[in-house]
Amino acid sequence: MTTPIIEMRGIMKRFGAVQALNNVNFHLMPGEILGLVGDNSAGKSTLMKVMTGAYQRDAGEVLVNGEETHFRSPHESRDRGIEMIYQDFALCGNMDVGQNIFLGRWPRRFGLFVDRPKMYEEARQVLGRLKVDVNSVFQKVESLSGGRQQSVAIARAISFEPKVIIFDEPTANLSVMATERLLETMAELKRQGVAQVIISHRLTDIFEVGDRIMVLKRGENVGDRYIAHTSEKEVLELIVSGTPDTALTADEALKQAA
Amino acid sequence: MMASETSSAPAGALKTGDFANVGRAAWWQRGFFASQTAYVAAALIAIVIVMALMSPAFLSAGNVANVAKNFSFIGIVTLGMTLVIVTGGIDLSVGSVMALSAIACAMAMQALASTGLAGVPFATMTLAIAAGLGVAVLVGLANGLLVARVGLSPFVTTLGMLSIARGLAYAVTEGRGQTPAGPDLDAFYAFTDGTILGVPMAVIYLLGLAAILGVVLHHTAFGRHVFALGGNEKAAALTGISVERVKVSVYVLCSLSAGFAGILMTGWLGSAPANLATGYELTIIAAAVIGGANLAGGIGGPAGAVIGALLIEVIRNGLVLAGINAYWQIVLVGMIIILAVLVDRLRSGRAA
Ligand SMILES: Nc1ncnc2c1ncn2[C@@H]1O[C@H](COP(=O)(O)OP(=O)(O)OP(=O)(O)O)[C@@H](O)[C@H]1O
Ligand SMILES: [Mg+2]
Repeated sequence: MTTPIIEMRGIMKRFGAVQALNNVNFHLMPGEILGLVGDNSAGKSTLMKVMTGAYQRDAGEVLVNGEETHFRSPHESRDRGIEMIYQDFALCGNMDVGQNIFLGRWPRRFGLFVDRPKMYEEARQVLGRLKVDVNSVFQKVESLSGGRQQSVAIARAISFEPKVIIFDEPTANLSVMATERLLETMAELKRQGVAQVIISHRLTDIFEVGDRIMVLKRGENVGDRYIAHTSEKEVLELIVSGTPDTALTADEALKQAA
Repeated sequence: MMASETSSAPAGALKTGDFANVGRAAWWQRGFFASQTAYVAAALIAIVIVMALMSPAFLSAGNVANVAKNFSFIGIVTLGMTLVIVTGGIDLSVGSVMALSAIACAMAMQALASTGLAGVPFATMTLAIAAGLGVAVLVGLANGLLVARVGLSPFVTTLGMLSIARGLAYAVTEGRGQTPAGPDLDAFYAFTDGTILGVPMAVIYLLGLAAILGVVLHHTAFGRHVFALGGNEKAAALTGISVERVKVSVYVLCSLSAGFAGILMTGWLGSAPANLATGYELTIIAAAVIGGANLAGGIGGPAGAVIGALLIEVIRNGLVLAGINAYWQIVLVGMIIILAVLVDRLRSGRAA
C-alpha cells in the first residue's frame, strides 16, 4: 500500500472551552483530491491549520510521507511543499497584485533589492498559466473585488509549485465561470500529481473534482467515503446526523456496502 | 516544470489576450501624484507663494535658513516616525529620546575630555555621539521588543517610555542643562551646526536620510516587508516574513532618528537641557500624518515626511512673521492635521 503524502492521527486541539478537534484522523494520498466538509465550526479550518503549523496541536501526530513532523509555522510546512489558501485570503490590500503574489519572496537583485521588472513579469506569467483573470498586476489588491482577491490568493499558492494544496472555501466568492475555471485548474494540478484538499459547503463542486470526501462534525470524524461510491444525499446525512460510529474509513465503507 | 505542462494542456476559458492589455494607470493617477503627499505639496507651494507676496521678510536668506534648520530637526524624526506608522505602530517616546540622547552625548563628551582619549583627534566627539545614539538604540530596542515580542500596544508602551526617558533625562542631570565640552568642541559644532556651501548640516542630513529611506522603502526587501506588515500583519507572518524582526527594526530606527536629531539640536542650542524637545512627539506625528502616512498602517513615505514637516514649520514661521500670538500656532497645527486627513477622506471617498 502506498504511503499517504499526509497522515494525521489522533489530533486534539482545544481553544479555551471549545474542543475544536477531538481525536481526529486524516489522510491524503498523492495526487488525490479530498473534499473536507462539515457544518460551520466543525473544525475543518482548524484541522488544516494544525497540518500546516499555523496552529499547534495539543496531541496527535502529523506525518508527511510517513515521516513525523512538528511544523512550528506555515513557513516550515511550505518548505515541505504544503500550501494553504486561507478563508480570509491573507493578502496585503495596500500592495499591488504582483507584490502580493510574491509576498515575502520577491525576486531580488544583490540579495537586497526587489527586482520589480522581473517580479511583474513573473506575476503575469503565473496569472496567465493559471488562467486566473486579474486585470493588471499593478492594481492594488484592496481595489479588487472579493472574487478577484481570492484568485490572487490562489495564484500565489500555486506559484510555489507545491505538492499539497489546501483550498479553504475557495469557491465561496467566485462566480459560476470563475468556479469552473478553478475546478479545471484543480483537475490540471491533479494531472500533475498535486494532492489537494478542498473545504467547501458546495457539495456539487466537490463531487465534480473530488476522489474522496471526509466529514467532520463538532471536531470529530463522522464519515469518509469515495466520491464514486457515495451520493450527495448520503454525505448530507453524515453532515447533519453523522456520529463517530459512522466514521468508517472509505475502504471500510466500501466493503460494508458490498 | 508546471509552466510547460500547463501550456500543453487544452486552452482554458482564458484567452491570453486578457493579459495583453495589462497596463498602468496614467502617471497622474498613480503613485506619488495620486497621494495625499502630492496635494499637501501643492498646498505647501501655494502657502509659500502667498507668504512671499504678503511678507518680503519671508524669503530673505536669514529667514529661509532659519526655517530650514528648524524643520530639519522635526523632519529627521518624522522619517523614523513614518517607518513606524507604516507598520501600523506609533512611537510617542521620540521627544524624550531626543532629550535623553542629547544629554548622554553632552555628558559623555564632558567625561571623556579629561581622559587619555582627549589627545586622539575626534575620539571624544565620535564616542560621545556613539553614546547618544547608543542610548537611542536601547530605548528603541525596549520599545520594539515590548511591542513585537511581548505584544503590548505600541501606544501604551511608547507612552510609558515617553515618561521613563524624560524622567531619566531630568534624573541624571538633576534638571541642569548639559553643555558639550572638550577638545573636539569645534568639530562637534561643525558636525552638528555647521554649513556646507551655506546649507545647514541639519538640512543636508535630512535630505540625505530621506533619499536613503526612499530607496530602502521602495526598492529593498526590508522596505517591502515594512509595507506588508502595515497592510496585513497576519498575511505577512504567514508568508514567512519575520514580523518580529521588522517591527523591532523600525522602532530602533525611529528611536535612532530621534537621538540623532537631539544631538543636532544640542549643537544648535550649545547645550542639552532636560526639557529639550518636550511635546515634539505631537508635531512629529502631525508632520507624518499631514505628509500622508496613514495611522492605520500600510501607507506613507519619506517625501511625505519632509513635506509634512516643512508645511508645519512654514505655517508656524508665517504666523510669527505676521505677528500672531504663539499660542494660536498650536491651535492652527491641530486644525491642519484634521484638514489634511479630511481632504484625504473626501478624495478617496470620491475615488471609490
Ligand atoms: N483562533 C481561535 N481561537 C479560538 N477559537 C477558535 C479559533 N479558531 C477556531 N476556533 C474555534 O474552533 C472551532 C472550529 O472552528 P473552524 O474555524 O475550524 O471551523 P470550520 O469548520 O472551518 O467552520 P466554517 O465552515 O465556519 O469555516 C469553532 O468553535 C471556533 O470558534
Ligand atoms: Mg473554516
